[in-house]
Amino acid sequence: MPAALSSFRICDFTGQLAGAGATKWLAAFGAEVIRIEDPVRQGRWDILRGIGPFVDERRGINLGGAFNNHNTNKLGITLNLRTERAKEILAEIVKQSDVVTENFAKGVLERWGFGYERLRDIKPDIIYVSNCGFGHVGPYSDFKAWGPIVQAVSGLTFASGLPDQPPAGWGYSYMDHTGGYYMVMAILLALIHRRKTGEGQWVDLATTDGALGLNGPSLLDWTVNGRPSRRDGQPHSNRSQMPPMAPHGIYPLAGDDNWIAVACRHEDDWRALVGVVNEAWCSDPSFADLESRLDAQDALDEGLSTWTAQRSKVDVQNALQAAGVPVAAVLMPEERIDLDPSTADFGLWPTVQHTEIGAVRVDGLPAHFSATEWRIDRGAPCIGEHNEEVLTNLLGLGADEIADLRSDGVI
Amino acid sequence: MTALNGLRVIELASEPIALAGKLLADMGADVILVEPPGGDACRNYPPFLDDQPGEDRSLFWWHYHTSKRGVVIDLDEPSGRDRFRALIATADVLLEAQPRARLAALQLDYDNLVAHRVDLIHVAVTPFGRSDEKSDLPVTDLIVTAAAGPPWSCGYDDHSLPPIRGPHQAYHTASHFAVMSALTAIVHHGITGVGQFIDVSMHAASNVTTEAASYSWLVAGLTVQRQTGRHASVTPSGETQKLCADGRYANTGVPPRFPAEFARLDTWLKQLELDTELPEAVFLEMGANWEGPFDLAKIGTDDTITAIFSAGRDALKLIASRLPAQEFFVGCQSVGLAVGVVNSPEEAFEDEHFKARGFHVEVYHDDIDRTITYPGAPYQLPASPWQISRRAPKLGEHDAEVWAEL
Repeated sequence: MPAALSSFRICDFTGQLAGAGATKWLAAFGAEVIRIEDPVRQGRWDILRGIGPFVDERRGINLGGAFNNHNTNKLGITLNLRTERAKEILAEIVKQSDVVTENFAKGVLERWGFGYERLRDIKPDIIYVSNCGFGHVGPYSDFKAWGPIVQAVSGLTFASGLPDQPPAGWGYSYMDHTGGYYMVMAILLALIHRRKTGEGQWVDLATTDGALGLNGPSLLDWTVNGRPSRRDGQPHSNRSQMPPMAPHGIYPLAGDDNWIAVACRHEDDWRALVGVVNEAWCSDPSFADLESRLDAQDALDEGLSTWTAQRSKVDVQNALQAAGVPVAAVLMPEERIDLDPSTADFGLWPTVQHTEIGAVRVDGLPAHFSATEWRIDRGAPCIGEHNEEVLTNLLGLGADEIADLRSDGVI
Repeated sequence: MTALNGLRVIELASEPIALAGKLLADMGADVILVEPPGGDACRNYPPFLDDQPGEDRSLFWWHYHTSKRGVVIDLDEPSGRDRFRALIATADVLLEAQPRARLAALQLDYDNLVAHRVDLIHVAVTPFGRSDEKSDLPVTDLIVTAAAGPPWSCGYDDHSLPPIRGPHQAYHTASHFAVMSALTAIVHHGITGVGQFIDVSMHAASNVTTEAASYSWLVAGLTVQRQTGRHASVTPSGETQKLCADGRYANTGVPPRFPAEFARLDTWLKQLELDTELPEAVFLEMGANWEGPFDLAKIGTDDTITAIFSAGRDALKLIASRLPAQEFFVGCQSVGLAVGVVNSPEEAFEDEHFKARGFHVEVYHDDIDRTITYPGAPYQLPASPWQISRRAPKLGEHDAEVWAEL
């Protein structure tokens, strides 16, 4: 099967998840992603390189499980950009690339002498996509960010939680994932634009912009109606206001830390739920219709919680599913990865072969393509693993020259 | 010129893909939103303009359907299906989240539609994928999210409180993957002229959007546990969310870990004259004078390194308790620490940083003669700018215009 993006080469400085996650998508569709790392610091700009999880007791810069997860099917080379020769080599790579990607803090690439102006001098139609928390323009452009910082500043953390509790936010870098998704879109949009016009461009991607936009209807409630999200009783993010539903929440099950999500979209769902639960509280007039139930959600949740807490995950899920009520247990990682046929049958956890780690499973992609299916089969590159391959095939350097580069500390 | 100028997308109106259509429309695609008679259910979602319900007054509808044109087609009627096929013949992309069997029953599935548009890109979004019978079960955003795992990682240290779902998370993530998929196929089509069918699973999309929860299990068979306002972790980690003097919170993310960061934090603590209140401040000085990088793996086992890192967290907690959250945020960033104030959405929106980036976008609503301020672009492509080209369509607003074009 042909690869959708095999005609593109990416000169890739990305790291962590927000950047590396983006170029992982491109590599899975056949783009040649050349990851460029610093030989002096052994690529440690990417803090995931060399840290756990690990498959066994071995430790080392090439053995980090998270780094492997985010860098599948990429090539990896080392360039010591403190040297002039490395800068010449980088310029050659840029000349033969379609896109330069990075998610450094503002100004890092510029300090190395490879800001957008210089990239454009080297390759007039180059596409340059920078991805940082606050972008390259604006009062906070020098501020640093990680996923949780982006989520906090942009209003997402605030919106996720229970009333009268601290913000719950996300227990992972939702905006590193999602910032990466917006980076993929920006790259592909710029490639589409270049195909039509011949023009490259610099995309200044700020993850906080993308994050803030995800609060859309709440922001319009503010700009149109003047209603703030910071108000009594808010946030209550397991409940549903858009559209209003009740009951709608995550309820305890029997046992330790077992939970189940239940939602009644309309009166038919509510009647079906009542048919299963069949307890006296269900016929309380305060639950008679949606408007009443919305007003009495605390009592409603208490009644339903008491019922679910006495039952097992399987019993509640099966009973409500059979009745046609929207329901799903909160799955823990081992359940959704190893015990849920839906993810296995989708092929969601491909096994890659990593040069040092060996065979290991990684996140796949959640879409299947009839004409250009993705492929994730090769692990992340070890430090400088593809130096010979790239310098020989792309730049035409000979074995002696490459040996000199190594002994001179250039690669 | 906008990047997607000249591209026609047919979107069968449905909540899970509304954001996907908006992302394409705001980049210049001609997105034609197809609603059934009576309109899509999202027209009735609150909040409403001036809190008065009405099919053209939903702010939810306004937000997710910017830059689109709207037509009404009754796919349950033969004449409606004929119209739909005629529309598909002019389209580059079909975006839909219909129940698995519905389009096949109407003879409007991919195999039928390619007879009318041989190079069609058909993006189908279903709860669990096209081959999974579970896609026929009723779902909401909450249900997909729970089944896919994110809430396992989100919530509080106190596990008697429920796991937490982020609003609209499953549908947003599915929409993001629908757009990435569509754009990938569009790039391929531009080179080869070949269209294709793309099967996006909402459940799979959220499953691979859980960071360490997935790869800790995939790689090492380890299970993360949720914690208040910070990353779920296999082993408990120190709190990062600090309560500030004004009752708001700030997230300190990754605590100080370089000697220069300890030095700047120590200086700031002294400037605020708070060093006398923190006996552990001596460890900040030790951190500042540390030779070489810290071995982060030794936090918890090496007494000195543990004390230095604890002092960093304690110093931040003390400073936070004496400053308003915004001032704490800016102060931390000024000494080089990646800290964020926990803003509400409107507090973020009113922040000067986002205004300076052009995030406030004015859209004129001719029908009510008001200019409304919308949230702006997720990315800035200067040569092919993001733009809200029109307000969300009224029901059937572009029927005559679109049929005349056909």
